[in-house]
Amino acid sequence: MSLMNQLIVAPILLPLLTAALMLLLGEKRRPLKARLNLVSTLLGLSIAVTLLLWVRGQGQAESIGVYLPGNWPAPFGIVLVLDHLSALMLTLASIVGVSALLFARARWDGAGASFHALFQIQLMGLYGAFLTADLFNLFVFFEVLLAASYGLLLHGSGRARVKAGLHYIAINLFASSLFLVGAAMLYGVTGTLNMADLALKVPLVPEADRGLLHAGAAILAMAFLAKAGIWPLNFWLVPAYASASAPVAALFAIMTKVGLYATLRLWTLLFSEQAGPSSLFGGQWLIYGGLATLAVAAVSILAAQRLERMAALSILVSSGTLMAAIGFGQPALTGSALFYLVSSTLALCALFLLAELIERSRSANEVPLEEEDGVLPSPLESLHPPKGINLDDEQKAVIGQIIPWTMAFLGLSFIACALLIIGMPPLSGFIGKLGLISALFNPLGLGVAPEQPLTVAGWGLVALLVISGMASLIAFGRVGIQRFWKPEERPSPLLRRYECLPILLLLGLCLFLSVKAEPLLRYTQDTAASLRTPDAYIEAVLATRPIPGPTSASAEVQP
Amino acid sequence: MEEVIAVAIGVLTASGVWLILRPRTYQVIMGLCLLSYGVNLFIFSMGSLFIGKEPIIKEGVTQDLLHYTDPLPQALVLTAIVISFAMTALFLVVMLASRGLTATDHVDGRERDE
Repeated sequence: MSLMNQLIVAPILLPLLTAALMLLLGEKRRPLKARLNLVSTLLGLSIAVTLLLWVRGQGQAESIGVYLPGNWPAPFGIVLVLDHLSALMLTLASIVGVSALLFARARWDGAGASFHALFQIQLMGLYGAFLTADLFNLFVFFEVLLAASYGLLLHGSGRARVKAGLHYIAINLFASSLFLVGAAMLYGVTGTLNMADLALKVPLVPEADRGLLHAGAAILAMAFLAKAGIWPLNFWLVPAYASASAPVAALFAIMTKVGLYATLRLWTLLFSEQAGPSSLFGGQWLIYGGLATLAVAAVSILAAQRLERMAALSILVSSGTLMAAIGFGQPALTGSALFYLVSSTLALCALFLLAELIERSRSANEVPLEEEDGVLPSPLESLHPPKGINLDDEQKAVIGQIIPWTMAFLGLSFIACALLIIGMPPLSGFIGKLGLISALFNPLGLGVAPEQPLTVAGWGLVALLVISGMASLIAFGRVGIQRFWKPEERPSPLLRRYECLPILLLLGLCLFLSVKAEPLLRYTQDTAASLRTPDAYIEAVLATRPIPGPTSASAEVQP
Repeated sequence: MEEVIAVAIGVLTASGVWLILRPRTYQVIMGLCLLSYGVNLFIFSMGSLFIGKEPIIKEGVTQDLLHYTDPLPQALVLTAIVISFAMTALFLVVMLASRGLTATDHVDGRERDE
C-alpha cells in the first residue's frame, strides 16, 4: 500500500529523467537513445499496468492512491491522485506510446535530432495530466505535453507540417489563455485550486457568485473541449493530424482524450449531483456539442480521400460520441463510453500507423499529398479490370496473381481497423457502440424499466451513432476498394518488422478485448460508479497527511 | 484602481483578439502576446487588489488576509508568464520556418487570391 503510493509519482519522474539523460547525450548517438527510449517506455507501461491492477484489486473506497509531492497536506500543496479513471488512462497512454515508439524505430526517428527526448516529454505531460489533482498543476502538465507535441508535430518538417503546425500552435496558445482565465476565475470564486477542495466549495458558493463560477467553469471547459475537438473549435485538428508523421499521429490519438479526461474529471467532481444548484451544469452543452461534432465529422468523412484524413476525422467521430455520452451524466452510459474510448483509441492508433504503410506504396500523382480542398472523391468507374490484367493464368504467369504477404497483412489489418472504427461485429468497436446504445435505452441496466422514455438528445445520439457508423463504412469501403481491390500494377510495399509489430499488437489487444470484454467493461462500470459519487475521492485526498520528516517527527506539521 | 485594471485588461484582450483574427503571422503573434498580458493581469487581479500590502508574512503584522495580499495568484502569474513567453518564442520559430518555406507571411501559407 505504502509502496504503491510511492509508485504513483514514478510515471512522471521516469520520462522526465529519461528525457534529461537524452538531452545530455547530445545530438548524436541515436541508436543508444532509441534503446533508452524503448526501455523507459516499456518500464512506464509496466508501472501503469501495475497501478491499474492495484486499483482494480482494491475495494471501491480504498482504491484511491494519493501522493503528496511537496509533503504538504492537500488543499495547500499539489496532490497526485490515482483512481480508476486515471489508472485506465495511464495504461492506455502507455500502450499507445509503446506502439508509436516501436513504429518510429523503423525509420521515422531519424528524421530529426530530438525525437526521442520530445517523445519522453510528451509522455511525461500525458501521465502528469492524468495523475494530477490540482487545477494549476493540470495547466502546467497540459503545457508540457503541448510543448512537446508542437515539436513532434513538426517532426520531419515539410511545408504541410509547418503550415498545420502554425495553426495548431496558435489555437492551442489561445486555448491555454482560456484555461488560465477559467482557472483564475474558479480560484477567485472558491479560493482553492485543489480539485477535491473545489468539489467541496462549489455547493457553498453564494448565489451572487454562482454566475461567475459558471462562467469560469464554462471558459475552462472551452479550453478542454477545444483540445478534445468539439465542433466548431476543431478545424485545426484534421490538417494537423493528417500531416503529422505516422508515429506522431498515432501518439496524438490519445491527445484528444486528454481534453475529454479533464472535462470528465472536473465536471464529475465540481458539478456532481451533490453540487446543489450547480448540479450537472453544462451537461446539455456537452451533449449538443458532441452531437454537432459527430454529425459534422460523419459528413466530412464521406468526402475524405486520404486515409490519414479519414483517420483524423474518425478521431473527431470518437470524440463527439464520447462528449455526448459523457454529457448525459448517467453511470451506465459513462461506463460504456469509457469502454468505447479504450477500443477506439487503440484502433485509431493502429489506423494512423497503417495509413502510412498503405499510402507509402501509392504513387504520388493519384492524390496530391498537399491538400484536397474542394476535391470530392472520384467515382469508382474503374472497378472492372482493364484488359489483360488479373483475368486468368492463361494470359499472365501465376506468380503475378499471388498476393504478397505484405499486401495480405495490410489488407487484413485494414479490415480489422475499419471494423473496429465503424463498430461492426465481431470486434470490440461493436461491443462499445452496442453498450452505448443499450445504456441509452436502459439507463438502469437491462431488464429494469427506465424511469422516463429516451429524450430527444438520446434519440439524436442513437441515430448519429448509427449514421456515423454508416458514413465510416462507406468511406472505409471506398478507400479499401481503391487501395486493395482495384487491379493496378503496383509494387507491394516493403515492410519492416518494427512497423508490423505495433499494428499486430494493437489489433491483437482489440481482438482480446472483443473476446474478453467483460473484465474491462466491469472496470469501466466501476469507474463510472465512482465518478458519480466523488465522496471517496474527496475524502481520500483531504484525509492524506504528510509524512513527518526525521527532525519534525514529534512536532505536529503546521501548514 | 479596479476600474483602471479592468479597462487595461479589456483593452489588451480586445486588441489581442482582433489581432489574432488578422491574416498576417506577425499580427497573430502580437495578438497572442497582448492576450497573454491581459490574461496575466486578470489572474493577478483575481487575488483582489490592495495597495501597500505584502504577499509575504512580516514581523509584527497580524497574520490574516486582511493585512496581506493573496500570494497565490502572484505565484501563478509568474508560472504563466514563463510558459507563455516560452511558447511565444517557439511560435516565432515556427512562424519563421513557415515564412521561409512558403515565401509569404500569410497564416495559411498562401495569399488569398492565388
